[in-house]
Amino acid sequence: MSEANTSETAAVSIRHLSKSFDDVEVLRDVELEVKTGEVVTIIGSSGSGKSTLLRCINWLEKPDRGSIHIAGQRIGVHDDGRAMPVRELAKVRAKTGMVFQGFNLWPHLNVLHNVTEAPIHVQGKSKREAEALAKALLDKVGMSHKHDSYPNTLSGGQKQRVAIARALAMQPTVMLFDEPTSALDPELVGEVLAVIKDLSAEGYTMVMVTHEMAFARAVSDQVVFLEKGLIIERADPETFFTTPKTDRVRKFLENHDTPSPA
Amino acid sequence: MSNWEILWQARDEFLIGFWRTLEIFGLSIAGAFLIGCGLLYLLEGSRKRLTMPLRIFIDAMRMLPFLILVYLLYYGLPSVGIRLDAWWTGVGALAVYHGTYFAEIFRSNRLTFPPGQIEAAKAHGFTKSKMFFRLILPQVIMQTRPLLGNQLIYALKDTAFLVIITVRELTAVANSLSSTYFIPTEAFIVVIGFYWALSVAMEIIIKQCGRFSAKRGFDNV
Ligand SMILES: Nc1ncnc2c1ncn2[C@@H]1O[C@H](COP(=O)(O)OP(=O)(O)OP(=O)(O)O)[C@@H](O)[C@H]1O
Ligand SMILES: [Mg+2]
Repeated sequence: MSEANTSETAAVSIRHLSKSFDDVEVLRDVELEVKTGEVVTIIGSSGSGKSTLLRCINWLEKPDRGSIHIAGQRIGVHDDGRAMPVRELAKVRAKTGMVFQGFNLWPHLNVLHNVTEAPIHVQGKSKREAEALAKALLDKVGMSHKHDSYPNTLSGGQKQRVAIARALAMQPTVMLFDEPTSALDPELVGEVLAVIKDLSAEGYTMVMVTHEMAFARAVSDQVVFLEKGLIIERADPETFFTTPKTDRVRKFLENHDTPSPA
Repeated sequence: MSNWEILWQARDEFLIGFWRTLEIFGLSIAGAFLIGCGLLYLLEGSRKRLTMPLRIFIDAMRMLPFLILVYLLYYGLPSVGIRLDAWWTGVGALAVYHGTYFAEIFRSNRLTFPPGQIEAAKAHGFTKSKMFFRLILPQVIMQTRPLLGNQLIYALKDTAFLVIITVRELTAVANSLSSTYFIPTEAFIVVIGFYWALSVAMEIIIKQCGRFSAKRGFDNV
């Protein structure tokens, strides 16, 4: 059981992960280990399987093969192959916080209630405890002045910052970001990246898909390049951006304005 | 004594009839609402074997004239050994009949529910039923408010059909006064006034609820 031992120390441990959509292999034997406090960035061209990989981590997509452990606990299936009952799955899922490209706030709840909803109704926290936490988190993302606003009145950048606070409120082991700034107007990208940068400085464990190369270079501990479902390169950001090993990555970086050193 | 004076003297009967109509209406729309929500919940995907029979049931109800449903329940059920009094038959028929309409209104709105919100809920550890009651149902109700308002008015008008199974509601009162004193026009004009007043009151309430959903950006639906 040496495998289980290494899984226990990692925030996320992905082994032999494969996934197909109708005969098309989208992920092929992916291995990834995210240590606690680490920021891992997933880069790759469109359709390479980045979102799918991220969504497998919290079982929004069901992998065909392989295993995923969150803080040592397996998600989705038990080791004997039994599917995990929904309640148990929901519990493991709650150890991950996901931030989506399209925000996906719940429009009928105001900002504060978007953030307290899951802590109260999923985790069973008291209203007082959840609100105290939510207020602290909304303060952290610079949205404390908007407690009573409804999502439809917020800008994209504000929505995304609320969505980040909402995910943080679960006090997850790992935060998952799927292109958190891709749906934003250019002038709103900065405010969201600044929040994520703060989180990395505070030691949050994060897995992030992004096309913001300069940002990836500045915040990552590990950069992973995905190509047709295969991880073809992984390195620390310095190495990845300055001396990529494969032609494929070199080409990709040329087309994406390789950032100057941060 | 003029016709209007006769009706004025019978005002207590009108008020009792009006009160009965209110009672029947209130109980049956509450029931219809719960049935609508319940059917929507049962149609929530994971129970595939239930979906087909439920859809057939909903469509069958909606295609049945309400009058025939009432006849069937009141005169048909006793022949299979179930005997309900007229009042409860009426309330039950209204609740089930309009419940299926409510379900259909909810369901068509549910189909347009953004999948991203569901994913966000799953990612935050929501189970199916929590998700339904906390996130889906409240939004579906807020968004279908104008259609629900319409349906309530249909339900109110359908209470008048219960006269045929001897429920002493508003229309029954007018019916019996008009035949006793032979004053059909005036008796029914009074009754129309009652129905209108109720409908207008309902419209105002539904409109007021609209401010609640407009604040959340749902007013364009
Ligand atoms: N639910 C699905 N059903 C069928 N095919 C899918 C599904 N989701 C993704 N795919 C396919 O799987 C492949 C990988 O998709 P994925 O969304 O993971 O790519 P991505 O790297 O995130 O791309 P992008 O940068 O455009 O977001 C694509 O070819 C996509 O069309
Ligand atoms: Mg993607």
